Amino acid sequence: MSKERIKIAPEFRDIMPPEYRDLVDDATWGKEGRGWKDVGTSKELIEEHSLCAGCPESMAFRYILSSLPSPEDTVMVGSTGCTSLVFPHVAVHNIHSLFGNQNAIASGLKRSLAARFPDQGKDVVVLAGDGATVDIGLDSTLQSWFRQEKFTTICFDNELYANTGGQESGLMQKGFVAKMAPIGKQFEKVRLPEIARESGCHYVVNCTVSKPSLVEKVVRNAVLVARELGPTYLQMYTPCILEIGKQSMEGLQEMRDSEKPGLRFAYKEYASPEAKELIAEIAIKEKERKAAAKAALAQSSV
Amino acid sequence: MKPYRVLPGPEEFLPPSAASMGIRLPDPDQGHIEGRIVPEEEAMERAAQVFLSAKVPTIFPGPLVLWSWNEKAAKKATAIQYLYDVIRESVSSEARPMIIPMADYRPKYPKINPEVEINPNHPNLTIWHNKIDACMFVGVHCHQANLALKIIRGGTDCFTIAMCAQAGHEDANLTFRDATPEKIMNFAGWIKKLKGTV
Ligand SMILES: Cc1ncc(C[n+]2csc(CCOP(=O)(O)OP(=O)(O)O)c2C)c(N)n1
Ligand code: SF4
Ligand SMILES: [Mg+2]
Repeated sequence: MSKERIKIAPEFRDIMPPEYRDLVDDATWGKEGRGWKDVGTSKELIEEHSLCAGCPESMAFRYILSSLPSPEDTVMVGSTGCTSLVFPHVAVHNIHSLFGNQNAIASGLKRSLAARFPDQGKDVVVLAGDGATVDIGLDSTLQSWFRQEKFTTICFDNELYANTGGQESGLMQKGFVAKMAPIGKQFEKVRLPEIARESGCHYVVNCTVSKPSLVEKVVRNAVLVARELGPTYLQMYTPCILEIGKQSMEGLQEMRDSEKPGLRFAYKEYASPEAKELIAEIAIKEKERKAAAKAALAQSSV
Repeated sequence: MKPYRVLPGPEEFLPPSAASMGIRLPDPDQGHIEGRIVPEEEAMERAAQVFLSAKVPTIFPGPLVLWSWNEKAAKKATAIQYLYDVIRESVSSEARPMIIPMADYRPKYPKINPEVEINPNHPNLTIWHNKIDACMFVGVHCHQANLALKIIRGGTDCFTIAMCAQAGHEDANLTFRDATPEKIMNFAGWIKKLKGTV
């Protein structure tokens, strides 16, 4: 893992727009222990975005990008929705799929990458809204899990169709009234995390993105488990502050309020027995890496 | 019906794809000029004349050569830089040669800076802004080049040349195919040879 893949031809360095030079010079790829703490210092972790000011999706995106175990060997698959406004700023290979098709595209992509680069362990990560994951794309979402496709599905759950002005989604809470769902939702929120578990996902988490270190941990687990074992699913609450009538600064509090015990985004995790074993191994290695880094630091300051 | 010619525009808002108008791709060692299949050397000569007579002859290097991702790409970058140097030495004193990168293909929000970059989703902005009247695409993936070449033909009067590493481009006003560093150097040779004659 290194920056070798993103070298600008020396002849053209002076004509490249400055953001590409910054991207290469400051990229965190290849850095030991890269993670959410790098957000804000590196161009590649989304400097600017075109979401609403304060939209929690913008932070969720940054935490996820900083947590990918091998960003230069990762391809993300997006879908239409507010998330698709951010992908043009993402410095990781990504494909925009037809709305709802994301898990079908990712299945084919993962298989072809595995055939083309058998020794490189390419990761595929789907990132789509709840409308794309649970309503229009539910078929391809579930089928990819049934088939044990080895990639991670991340759903940014904002409980409605935000990008098209607030229609009802399967993940909307019962009774919620949105701008384009005026009578209020008649049915319960779809329990996709449970469905994911029953459909064969090896690692499933339901959480908010209020705590960056937690997001880092679950993203890393999900990608590494998918690489070795099979499908993984993360459902993350990224409230649409615009549609629920909150101010730019209120997204974080909204997430904290919804993750209290017993509420719909209280942290829930499921791991299959094999995934548990793998996660434990990963945790041990991470601990050793941190200890070695600490020892090296102490040594250098002597 | 008169056969279709791939002429500089502005043609119309949505020009037809040249392939749909019966323009076909050249075979190896051939090129096309405005859709007419010619021997490659004839296309070289014509492209050199176009660049030497242009007010703002411009090279648009794409990601396949801007990024040093393999040895061949690195060699092409050196050849393109050489070509640019030759163009600068060979054009008249009024001409203003440029080299402007197409670093990637994503639509950029809120907008591109047409002074320093070109984007295939609205290449006309860079061409209008810099008053570019002749350009060469090199190192741009085929599907993006096709899109950009058609938009340029639609909305500008710029003469487009494709130095294509694959089978060439119907939608360019002039195309080469199977581009190698040597072929780019050969084109530079033609510009040197015709210097002062146009
Ligand atoms: C095939 C198709 N159907 C419908 C649409 C219209 N459309 C665009 S965005 C969107 C809703 C997206 O909702 P969600 O997936 O929850 O993402 P969010 O915007 O909430 O992040 C819809 C229905 C489309 N672009 N393509
Ligand atoms: S509409 Fe909602 S989800 Fe979309 S960018 Fe704005 S706040 Fe975020
Ligand atoms: Mg949504």
